Amino acid sequence: MAMRITIDPITRIEGHLRIDCEVDGGKVVNSWSSGQMWRGIEVILKDRDPRDAWIFAQRICGVCTTVHAIVSVRAVENALKLKVPLNAQYIRNMIIAAHGIHDHIVHFYQLSALDWVDIVSALKADPKAAAAIAQSLSDWPLNSADEFAKVQKKVQAFVDSGQLGIFGSGYWGHPAMKLPPEVNLLAIVHYMQALDYQRRANQIVGILGSKTPHIQNLAVGGVANPINPESQSTLTLERLYKVKTLLDELGGFVQQVYLPDVAAIGALYADWTAYGAGVTTMMAVPEMPLDTRNTQFALPGGFIPAGDVGRFQAMANFSDGFFEKGVKESAKHAWYEGSGEPLHPYDGETEPKFTGFEDDAKYSWVKAPTFNGERVQVGPLANVLAMYAAGHEPTKRNLGRLLSIAAKVGGNELPLSALQSTIGRHAARAVRCAVLTETLAAQWDLLMQNIAKGDYATFNAPSFPKGEIRGFGCHEAPRGVLSHWTVIKNGKIANYQAVVPSTWNAGPRDENDALGPYEASLIGNPVADPERPLEVIRTVHSFDPCLACAIHMIDGSGEIARIKVL
Amino acid sequence: MNVLVLGVGNILLSDEGAGVRVIEALQERYDVPETVAVVDGGTCGMDLLDTLADRDHLIVVDAVHTGSPPGTVVRIDGRDIPAVFRTNATPHQLGLQEVLAKLILLERAPARVTVIGVQPACLDLGLALSEAVARRIDDILRLLIAELPGIVLRPDGRVWPTAAELIA
Repeated sequence: MAMRITIDPITRIEGHLRIDCEVDGGKVVNSWSSGQMWRGIEVILKDRDPRDAWIFAQRICGVCTTVHAIVSVRAVENALKLKVPLNAQYIRNMIIAAHGIHDHIVHFYQLSALDWVDIVSALKADPKAAAAIAQSLSDWPLNSADEFAKVQKKVQAFVDSGQLGIFGSGYWGHPAMKLPPEVNLLAIVHYMQALDYQRRANQIVGILGSKTPHIQNLAVGGVANPINPESQSTLTLERLYKVKTLLDELGGFVQQVYLPDVAAIGALYADWTAYGAGVTTMMAVPEMPLDTRNTQFALPGGFIPAGDVGRFQAMANFSDGFFEKGVKESAKHAWYEGSGEPLHPYDGETEPKFTGFEDDAKYSWVKAPTFNGERVQVGPLANVLAMYAAGHEPTKRNLGRLLSIAAKVGGNELPLSALQSTIGRHAARAVRCAVLTETLAAQWDLLMQNIAKGDYATFNAPSFPKGEIRGFGCHEAPRGVLSHWTVIKNGKIANYQAVVPSTWNAGPRDENDALGPYEASLIGNPVADPERPLEVIRTVHSFDPCLACAIHMIDGSGEIARIKVL
Repeated sequence: MNVLVLGVGNILLSDEGAGVRVIEALQERYDVPETVAVVDGGTCGMDLLDTLADRDHLIVVDAVHTGSPPGTVVRIDGRDIPAVFRTNATPHQLGLQEVLAKLILLERAPARVTVIGVQPACLDLGLALSEAVARRIDDILRLLIAELPGIVLRPDGRVWPTAAELIA
């Protein structure tokens, strides 16, 4: 008999996500994804100066501040057909790359590794044997037996002191946990090192973005970083060389730790290449513009029908209409007013109408977006497959390396199609992260070469015409395609909509009742113990959900003895 | 002493952004010595790991739900802090409690943590604070100043933002 499980909220993600599943015979047979999605930016931005939109847009989410800022200035620049100086493009590209690397490292180690790695088991490992496994995967200098023994001791002390909860809600001892103790220890050692290395990515964002955690250097028309190789108050050579040191160290961690770890852990969980494919039609947008008009890009993007990379359609640039015309959102199953007819974001409406959770009617605050009428999956998997299909050399090389490590560890060659799965999404994210470390270094070179030519320009002043203009910005963010859409009337914002990656992936059923990517990916997932649905969490986490509720209030209503009320 | 004053919250949701508004007022009105870092943390989580690391004293200013009347100001210190961060599932799983947990693991956690909070009245969309919270900004600042060594009111410091401006 079918059994209903509700996971509310899904932990270790940003924002609030509820997942319902019907489980029958140890497998998921139906599912619903219900989310709380930020839906109010248009209210805040209406009638404001479009030049200020990004400052507010970056407050939509606590994880994705940088990406909302970037895509917002792109939307306004697109409406104005404004050129962006090369230096500004390179600086933005470096911020995008560093932010993405940070996000991917944190997602794998801090947010999802514990779905696959059992800390309690790691305590039983022989540190010498664990270090030997690590050394067989890469030359990383911190893979010594001493380091492994040290971390194991530290974790043991935590467990003994009852602080295991610090690692988040892990499913220790769950039957779906299958790694040998030594590999569990390897992952925990690198979990700790990741905490140290992810900071370097943030430091790069801080240096280039003038401030962290909210970057301050953006402007519609460029960046507000005056470049002066000599002056202390600007982007000096000294600061740029500091960025270089940090990006090299970061690249080492990603290439020698993150990518091999995902390959090895993925190979040991090869059965998970059979679950979680879901919606295989995919979309990614080109990223890292290399010219002032956004027509050439370092990273390609496009559309993959039904997971068939042979039928890849490239998206040439932001202005060819391919993306702009194809996007619509349906509110048939979302708590909004309206006829349920899908609307283009320029015409988007946001009138809340909460009716309670109804399986066959409305059950989510997230709308269901479609591209040319189809559901699509976005994210690193779509991104990597699109870059692969476009023949992007760094993607093919890093993907090849990951698959060869996986073949060595697992003893089996995995086909490209294995990526279309729960574990494959982690693999694709690691490949994307490795590509981003190379992109970051390449953009640094381009910036230095351009400055050496004597070009210090970073900003073109925008001017707003009378009448109405429209524009959209898109960005291949860590979780996939992000777009902001704006209508500007007489220099003031008349409408503003954000279609975020988690809308594409976490959306409910659409106007034709087709399942969204989260929902579709859960069908057929095994569930060994409905009381502890680790397998469902694995598949959901593989998308890196980020449903920015944008609420951060501390709840102090617990058992606090000495609150001083003034 | 190496002190961090961290204002957190979402400025797009009226009183949810109270912590950030207090930080803005602090920077506007006071001269803060070099030993005190003042940071607008917004709703960030893991991005704040470095900012929070190795502090002698972390003072968090935030909207705090205590079930008291709107505008009620609270100061939570010492041993009560873990309870605030641990026992309650805030909507932000990657929030401050997570960052503090990671810092404990790295042995880089702040030596002392104080939370100064205010009970919100309104969490609707909008940039302005409610009247109930706006009129407590001065009290919150006074409480905050009492924690900070060597802080002085700027001689030319106009009072900003005024309660009237904040609720406009």
